Amino acid sequence: MSIDWQAFWLTLRLALIVSALLFVIGLPIAYWIAFSRWRWKFLIEAIVALPIVLPPTVLGFYLLVVLGPHSPLGRWWISLTGHTLAFTFSGLVIGSILYSLPFAVQPFSASFSSVDRRLISASATLGVSPLKTFFRVTVPLSKPGLITGAALTFAHTMGEFGVVLMVGGNIPGITRTVSIEIFDQVQASNYATANATALLLLVICFAMLAIVYGLNRKAWLIAPIHGQR
Amino acid sequence: MDRDKTAERVLHAQVRKRVAASDFVLDVDFHAAPGFTIVFGASGAGKTTLLDCVAGLIQPDSGRIAIGGQALFDAAEHLHLTVEKRNIGYVFQDLALFPHLTVEENVEYGLSHLPRAERNQRTATILAAFRVPHLARSRPGSISGGERQRVALARALVTDPVVLLLDEPLTALDAATKARIIDDLRAWNEAHRIPILYVTHSREEVFALGESVLVLDGGRILAHGTPHEVLSAPRQESVAHLAGFENVLDATVESLHADRGTMTCLLYQNESGAQAQPVPLETPLVRAGVGSTLRVGIRAGDILLAIAPPVGLSARNVIPGCLLSLDRRDVIISARVNCGVELEVHLTLAAREALQLEPGKDVWLVIKTHSCHLMQK
Repeated sequence: MSIDWQAFWLTLRLALIVSALLFVIGLPIAYWIAFSRWRWKFLIEAIVALPIVLPPTVLGFYLLVVLGPHSPLGRWWISLTGHTLAFTFSGLVIGSILYSLPFAVQPFSASFSSVDRRLISASATLGVSPLKTFFRVTVPLSKPGLITGAALTFAHTMGEFGVVLMVGGNIPGITRTVSIEIFDQVQASNYATANATALLLLVICFAMLAIVYGLNRKAWLIAPIHGQR
Repeated sequence: MDRDKTAERVLHAQVRKRVAASDFVLDVDFHAAPGFTIVFGASGAGKTTLLDCVAGLIQPDSGRIAIGGQALFDAAEHLHLTVEKRNIGYVFQDLALFPHLTVEENVEYGLSHLPRAERNQRTATILAAFRVPHLARSRPGSISGGERQRVALARALVTDPVVLLLDEPLTALDAATKARIIDDLRAWNEAHRIPILYVTHSREEVFALGESVLVLDGGRILAHGTPHEVLSAPRQESVAHLAGFENVLDATVESLHADRGTMTCLLYQNESGAQAQPVPLETPLVRAGVGSTLRVGIRAGDILLAIAPPVGLSARNVIPGCLLSLDRRDVIISARVNCGVELEVHLTLAAREALQLEPGKDVWLVIKTHSCHLMQK
């Protein structure tokens, strides 16, 4: 029984990078969803939510097509780097970002929406621009949602399987993540190793979520959003 | 020179705005000079919509909003200054203090473009002017309602706005707290002289603050003037309106007390003519001249009855009389009292027992000023 630590570090690195990137990408998308009055907004919301219901293999398949050498994007990437995006760590990051998008955007936009609009109006009447208002009022009051979104993204990326298998394959040190490693061990009837790895992943994900929900509870105590009524 | 300066600061708002969700149309045109302008009206009259238009939170369909010659909004020129460029102080009904910031940080919030030293100095000055410097490090959630109002005013005024909008900010406060805050706001405005639009639906506040009153109803301005000029012309008497009043009496206006928001009327019984001594009655002030005739409606259930002269009452009218008759109607007792005019009073069965009421007994009737409803004759 030997736990594949390389797969663990790779998964951890992937989850951290994806969480960080999704935080940056998710904020503006969530802000737009929370505050836009565009009549077709629901279509964008539906697209963002799609990865929740879509089988990972479907998402992975389309990603392969789009990232592969026959698409404009794939060709552009090849001309830039000399190799395809598919079956690389970068490809894995892109796939994971798309796959985990709703897990970041939905908590973000839900918490933005719950911020009292009058606070945002008050900020404007005090001469503060919408962008500064976002960072000085909306973000601090959305802290619980932002922490939840980041944590869900991290945990979700830690545990993903289908998209990784489709886009990344199973290359040790490059695209072999923990969930694929567990699958391999089970296929090879190494139940003891599979069990140890699975348990470790379970503990990590649980610890991660417990810390986040614990932090969130505290965040609510420090800055209750509706505490002033 | 001073007059020019005042003209520079007058707010002119000519606004038309259809609120899409309802069928409501706000359509107003008025000037507000430095000092208090009370915007008075029932809920749904368009008061908040008007303030939101002035602040720029809502874009009117047409019209022009300007301070002095400076336009903030002009439909003809496609000008709509964004909220943050208008420099208009706005205290919302729910105050909208930032819950994650301390009192000091709330007040400093609009000063972030200034150097640290000036920011501190201005914040300290305004916190002192509104008597809350000791709360600087508290959070809005942990201070009292009156204190929150003071902080909200300080936050809105620290940026030296050109207009101040107050949306029923003091409704939740007791009268004494309210009066003290108003005094501090007045003191501040003596020094700064800007137009203050103060929205309320309370008659008492209109008389307490009133320099100028703008009466809004269904999105339109019904009247604009001093409280006495504009407030409540007596209602047109109609059958429907009379139906609720057991007592409807003829009255002549004897004297006006504009400062207190009341007036004194003399009552005559309408059937028996004027042979009896007229009874003085303090009523709410309406637009009527001394000597003019009105009708007063008083509900029988709004009158209190006492068997000894009551003292220490807030009610302005205590009228001695003699009990004529007692009739039981279901679970209430209808008492008729002659006190120069005949009035009907409703009592409970228990009250009759406790007071041992009999016809012929001397009684005193207690009537609150605002229980007297004035109608046109």
